Amino acid sequence: MSTIAADARLATRASSRAHSSERLRRYLRNLGTLVLSTVIVVWTLAPLYNMVLISLEPEGDVFTDHIWPRVPSVESFWGVLTQGHWYLEHFWRQFANSLYIGLMVTFFALLFGTLTSFAIGRMRIRHGWLVTNAALLTYVIPASFLAIPFYRIMQNYGLANNPWSVIAALVAFATPYAIFVFQEYGRSIPIEVDESARIDGASPPQIYLRIYLPLMAPALVAVGTYALLLAWNEYLYQFLLLSSKSSMTVPVALAQFLSSDQSPWNYMMATAIIYAAPPVAIYYAFRRRMTAGLTMGGVKG
Amino acid sequence: MSSVRQVLAAGLDALNRPRRSAWRRNRHGSELAWAIAFVVPYAAVFFAFVVYPVAYALWMARDPALYRDLIASPLYAQTVINTALFVGLGVNVKMFLALMLSGFFMRRRWWVKATLPVFMLPWALPAIPAFVSFHWMLIGEEGLVDGLLSALFGIQGPLWFNDRGLALGSNIVAYIWKWMPFWTLTFYAARTAIPHEIYEAAAVDGATGSRRFTHVVLPLLGNLYLVCTLLSTLWTIGDFTTVSLVSEGAPAYSTDVLATLGFHYAFDAAQPSLGVAAVMSALPVLIPIVIILMCALQTREVQL
Repeated sequence: MSTIAADARLATRASSRAHSSERLRRYLRNLGTLVLSTVIVVWTLAPLYNMVLISLEPEGDVFTDHIWPRVPSVESFWGVLTQGHWYLEHFWRQFANSLYIGLMVTFFALLFGTLTSFAIGRMRIRHGWLVTNAALLTYVIPASFLAIPFYRIMQNYGLANNPWSVIAALVAFATPYAIFVFQEYGRSIPIEVDESARIDGASPPQIYLRIYLPLMAPALVAVGTYALLLAWNEYLYQFLLLSSKSSMTVPVALAQFLSSDQSPWNYMMATAIIYAAPPVAIYYAFRRRMTAGLTMGGVKG
Repeated sequence: MSSVRQVLAAGLDALNRPRRSAWRRNRHGSELAWAIAFVVPYAAVFFAFVVYPVAYALWMARDPALYRDLIASPLYAQTVINTALFVGLGVNVKMFLALMLSGFFMRRRWWVKATLPVFMLPWALPAIPAFVSFHWMLIGEEGLVDGLLSALFGIQGPLWFNDRGLALGSNIVAYIWKWMPFWTLTFYAARTAIPHEIYEAAAVDGATGSRRFTHVVLPLLGNLYLVCTLLSTLWTIGDFTTVSLVSEGAPAYSTDVLATLGFHYAFDAAQPSLGVAAVMSALPVLIPIVIILMCALQTREVQL
């Protein structure tokens, strides 16, 4: 009797010890992930905090070594929106330029991308794979390495300081990726759909407009977002090809602030935040679909 | 109308022949014309804005004397070393951390799940504001970093852009900050694509924790890791924005990389051909990377 009771007591003690060590290990593991999460958040937000901090400084008070705003003021944001500083006199014009270039690049990348992938993937022209592969060769030489000849060529074409020079460059860089994604995505649409439409008397443009484009809608959204963000975020070609204050875009204007020692830094950071807000909003609105677009491109391994 | 007859004929053909040929049969007439018309716009863009600039660049950089000038220039030698350090350290540290963090984000704790969207912010943010902010954080004693150092520890921070090593390090850190989230997400997506049964089977065989990583995750993601590293190397060799905004090449062009040096040669020193030659000198590195990448991409299908 007593031995059984002693055994039971021993067993419960051992199991409770195992239990508590298991609990301790889980506690430590949770603590570890919590610490790592905190480190990641601080690391990620530090440069953003810096932007907000400087943008909230009242004018002339930027060069003081404090780490939070003492007298927060939104005067700089108001100054940007009302173009209240001579550095910002064309702000809305530049914002519109960025938007115009972004929309045009999106439109043409989608148009040329779908037309090409329709001809190659659906109409199956001979040597179509050659077009796809040649297009992907665009990415062998980095875009920045072609900036100098591109600048020369645009001067020869008489397109210097013209938004269309930037649009042309960005469409050339965005379309190969678009063709690639459309080709991959198009494989999931049975070719019999096109064939039955053809038998019903539809011409290739009709099939393209009425059948191909609607079926490709998810890929169009993913690639369209990609092209829009690419154009909105691009810097080098816009900096190189657009030099006058009324033709330049917001990122070029932002970088201009850096070239002077007397720039109003709080206005610069307010401009930076206003410029960064639309792509961040788009990203978080379309997060799931953009990630889907990523894997659509075949990066999924 | 002839098109009706054509379509009817095609329909009969489609009934009689294997399905694929329906499209192919009639490609001779208007079909072919349409197909060509569909490809022409992109082909025109490709030739005018990709082939022509590449040919123009090669033509500008054709003179061997340019390369003799480059090799003789100490600035060029330093720039090559900077580019190798920037790409080598930046890409590898970033990729390794991304692989580790993708595993971290697989954990099922609410705070880990909540961290992921915050962590993706640098990717969603345009590069220019981010790098302008980095430049400003490190500008000297007025910057946030040195401000924090003096507020928390009472030490005087360094002048980050007055020292070559520190300035180069700043560029690399800013680069990692901006691009690590994208690759983490890529690896995360790949990890979620690994079927759960594989983990379970491995756990039965005793592979958990770090063993699971070396014996299950690494073999499955190895090829993807290689492809991503090569792709990222390719893109980073051409990176202009990071260096041009974070350190601006300071001190005295000593942290320039090839892309920014070419730009300086072309637009500050008015030697465009020398600038093109400087960037084109990276081709002997770029082309092997592309070839390895293509081979790796072909074996990718077998992997998962």
